[in-house]
Amino acid sequence: MSFPWANEYKPSTAFTRYLDEKLPLPRFVYNAVGAGYPVPRNLNYFWNFGVLAGVALMVQIISGIILAMHFAAESTVAFASVEHIMRDVNAGWFIRYAHMNGASMFFIVVYTHIFRGLFYGSYKPPREMVWHLGLVIFLLMMATAFMGYVLPWGQMSFWGAKVITGLFGAIPLVGEPIQTWLLGGFAPDNAALNRFFSLHYLLPFVILGVIVLHIWALHIPGSSNPTGVEVKAEQDTVPFHPYYTAKDGVGVAAFFIVFATLVFFAPNFLGEPDNYIPANPMSTPANIVPEWYFWPFYAILRAFTVDFLFIPAKLLGVLAMFAAILLLFFLPWLDTSAVRSGHYRPLFRKFFWFGLIPCIVVLGYCGGSHATDGIVLISQIAAAYYFAHFLIILPIIARVETPKPLPNSITEAVLASNAGASLQPAE
Amino acid sequence: MIRIGAFLVGLFFSGWLLVSAAMGAFTFVTTPSAPTAEHEFHKKPKDVDFSFNGPLGKYDRAQLQRGLQVFREVCSACHSLHYVSFRDFAQLGYNEAQIKTIAQEWPTEAPSINPETGEATTRKPIPTDKIPAPYANDIAARAANNNAAPPDLSLMTKARHGGSAYVYSLLTGYQNPPAELKKKFPDSMPGKTTHYNPYFANLNLAMPAPLNTDGQVTYGEGSPKPTVDQMAKDVSAFLTWTAEPKLEQRKRAGTAAMIFLLIFFGLCVGAYKNIWADKKAHA
Amino acid sequence: MASLTEDSATAGEEQGGVRRRDFINVAAASFAGVGAVSVALPLINQMNPSADVLAEASTEVDVSAIAPGQAIKTIFRKQPLFVRHLTPEEIAAAEKVSTSELRDPQTLEDRTKPGHKQWLITMGVCTHLGCVPLGAAAGEIKGEFGGYFCPCHGSSYDTAGRIRKGPAPKNLMVPDYSFTSDTVVKVG
Repeated sequence: MSFPWANEYKPSTAFTRYLDEKLPLPRFVYNAVGAGYPVPRNLNYFWNFGVLAGVALMVQIISGIILAMHFAAESTVAFASVEHIMRDVNAGWFIRYAHMNGASMFFIVVYTHIFRGLFYGSYKPPREMVWHLGLVIFLLMMATAFMGYVLPWGQMSFWGAKVITGLFGAIPLVGEPIQTWLLGGFAPDNAALNRFFSLHYLLPFVILGVIVLHIWALHIPGSSNPTGVEVKAEQDTVPFHPYYTAKDGVGVAAFFIVFATLVFFAPNFLGEPDNYIPANPMSTPANIVPEWYFWPFYAILRAFTVDFLFIPAKLLGVLAMFAAILLLFFLPWLDTSAVRSGHYRPLFRKFFWFGLIPCIVVLGYCGGSHATDGIVLISQIAAAYYFAHFLIILPIIARVETPKPLPNSITEAVLASNAGASLQPAE
Repeated sequence: MIRIGAFLVGLFFSGWLLVSAAMGAFTFVTTPSAPTAEHEFHKKPKDVDFSFNGPLGKYDRAQLQRGLQVFREVCSACHSLHYVSFRDFAQLGYNEAQIKTIAQEWPTEAPSINPETGEATTRKPIPTDKIPAPYANDIAARAANNNAAPPDLSLMTKARHGGSAYVYSLLTGYQNPPAELKKKFPDSMPGKTTHYNPYFANLNLAMPAPLNTDGQVTYGEGSPKPTVDQMAKDVSAFLTWTAEPKLEQRKRAGTAAMIFLLIFFGLCVGAYKNIWADKKAHA
Repeated sequence: MASLTEDSATAGEEQGGVRRRDFINVAAASFAGVGAVSVALPLINQMNPSADVLAEASTEVDVSAIAPGQAIKTIFRKQPLFVRHLTPEEIAAAEKVSTSELRDPQTLEDRTKPGHKQWLITMGVCTHLGCVPLGAAAGEIKGEFGGYFCPCHGSSYDTAGRIRKGPAPKNLMVPDYSFTSDTVVKVG
C-alpha cells in the first residue's frame, strides 16, 4: 500500500505464519479490506455503497446458483419451471423473490455509488482507472440484468428481448445478420433463451473479476473522501478495519431492511404484471417497458423521432442510448476543474442538484410511461439536457467557476465540522 | 481535442433533440391527437377490502373454499388452472379424503394413456394431477370461443395491474355502454361477440358476464348469501391464492425477518459508535 | 530468451534481412494464429440459426378461405405473417397516394405479385422495434390509414402496409413468396 504508516500484517499463529509463507492470501485480504488499508477518516454514508454493491452481487450469485438448480432453460417449460420454483420447491418462492428484487437492490446501490462518484469528483485523476473499471462493471451488469429478465419467458421477457435485439437491426448493412446471429433465429426462441441463460450464469463471475481490478486500482491512490483533499498525514486516515467495517455494518443492516421489505411485503412492486403471462410471439403487450433501472436509457432511445438527413431516427436513438453511457468514460477529461468535491464548487453543485438529478428522474419517469406525444416531448427536452450537461456544461463550468477555499487537510475539515462550522456536507 | 469533440457531439444530440421537440410541439398544437375511448371511459379497479391485504393479512379459508366452488361451477367451463394441483387444496383446509372426492368429481377428466392399448384416453383425476383444462389445446379453446381463447387463471391476479381488485371489478363491472360512448366513439361500442366493461383495458371483452344472477352457486350452510358481489369477491380471493399460494408464509417470515433485522441494525449502530468513540471524542 | 532476441537482432543488422531461425519463429507464431482463428470461426458460427430453425424457413398458406376485407395471421419463421385480401376500395386508397409523400416510397404494385394485386402479404412485425401491429384480426383497430396500427409506439400503416405515421422507418416487410396456384402461396 501507498501510505507508509499502514499497519503491517503480522501472522500470530504457526498456521498463519506457514500460510503467509506459502500463499499470503490473509495478508492480501488484510491489506485490501482489513486493518492494513488506511482510509480517510471523514467518509460519509455515501461511501458505504461500494461495499453494499459487493453484498448485492453476492446475494445475486448465491440465489442465482440455487435457482439454476431448479430452472429449465427451454422455451416450452421455462415459465412452468419458474412456477414450479414458486409453488413446489422448498423455500423456492423466497429464493426467487430474493433474486428478482436483489437485481433491483443491486441497481439502487450501484446508481447511488455512481452518483456519489459524480458529485464528489471520484472520476478525476488519479482515480480515472477506478472510474473506467466501474463503468465496465456497470455495462456488464446491464447485460446480465437484461438477459436474466428474459429467462422466466413471460410476455415482457420475450418482447423485451425482441425490442433490445431489434436495436442491433438499426445498424446499417450488418445489423440484421448480427441480430439473427445474437438470437440464433429470426425471433427470440429456444436458442436465444439457452444462450442468454449460459451468459447470465457466466457474466456475474466476470463482474466479480472486474471488481477485483476495480478495488486494486482504487488501492493505488487510496480512497477519495468528501472534501476531495488528498490524504497528507497519518491523522487524516483510520484503518479500514475496524472503523469502516463497523460503519459498513450499519449500511449492510439498513440495506437488508429495505431488501426484506421488498421481498416479503411487496415482491412484485417493481415488476411488470405482464411477465406473469407466458411469452406469446403473436401478441404484443400494450406497453413494452423494461425494468425500472433501464427507464432513463429507454426514454433516450425513444426520444429521437425525426430523421437527420440520411440517418434514420431509429438509428439515432440507438446511437444516443449507447452514447449516454459511453460519454461517462470521457468524464475525467470533460470536467477539468482541479477541485474534486462538489461541496467546494458552487456552480457545479447547482447544475448537479437542479439539472442532472431532475433530468434523470424525468427521463426515468418518461421511460416507464406509455409513449404519448406529451411524454415524448418531455423526454426530448430532458435528454437534450442530459447530453448538454456532460458534453457542454461541465467543461464550461470547469473554466468559469471560482471554487470555494479548500480546507488544508482532511483533519482540519473534520475539526471544523465538529466545531459546528459551515462545512456541513450538502447531502 | 476531447472537449472540442464532446462539444460537437453534445451540440448535435441536444440540438437535434430540441429541434425534434419543437417539431413535435408544433404538430401537437396544430393537430392534437384525438382523445381515445379508453382514455375517457376506462376505470381504475374498485377499492376492495380483502382479508389478505396489508402486511399481516391472511387468507380466509372459508372464503377460499367458496371461491373454489364458484371456480368449479362457473369459471372452469372455459378457463384452465394450469399451475395448480388438487393436492394444493390441502392449503384451503381440506383433508386428504375430501381432496380425493373433489378430484373425482371434477367436471373435466385428466388426459391419460390406456395401459393395454397405449391409446390416448381420459380418466378421473387423482390428487397429484394438475387441474385438467377444459380444452385440449389453444386451438380448441379458440375454436369454441369465437377466436378468443379464455386465458389461464392460475396467475391472473398477478398478471394484471390492480391484481385481486381488478378481477373483482371486472366480474362486477359489466354494464350497458353509456350513451355518451355511442355518441362520441361509435367504433368503441361492443360488437356482437363482445361485452362492455369499463374495467377492461379496451372496454369490450369477449367474455359475457359469468356471474349474472344472485344465487347462481348454492353455498353451504352458514355461508354468506351468494350474491353476485359475494361470489365475485370469493372467486377473486381464490384466484389470489392460486397466484400466490405462499402469501401467508411470506408475510409471516417477513415479520420475523423485520424484527430480527431491526435488532441487528440497532446492534450495528451500537458497535459503530463504540468503535468510533475515540476518533470522534478527540477529533 | 534474452540471448535469442539479442542474437537475432544483431544478425538482422549484419545481414540486413531475415535469417532462417527468425523465419521459423515467425512461421510458428503465424501457424498458432491461423489455428486460433480457424477454431474461433466455428465457435462464432454456432450462434447462427441451427438447421432445424432454418428448416422452418419456408411455409405454404392456403388463402382460399379469406374473404375480401379479411386478413389472417399465420406464422413464418416463428414470426407473425399477415395475409390480407384487399377490397377494391382499399386498393384504390393505396393507389391514390403519390409515392413522393411516402417515407419509404413504394407502390402497391411493388409490394404485391402481378395478377394478385388484392393479396397483400407482409410480415406482421413493426419495422420500428418489432412489435406485432394490430389490424389483421377481426375487431382490431386498423389505425388512421386503414391498414395496420402498432400499439407500442403508434406507427400507422396504410392498406398497402406502408408506413405513414409514427416512428417506424420502413414499410412492413414483404417476404419472398410466390403463388403456386391461385389459392396457395409459398412463403420463403
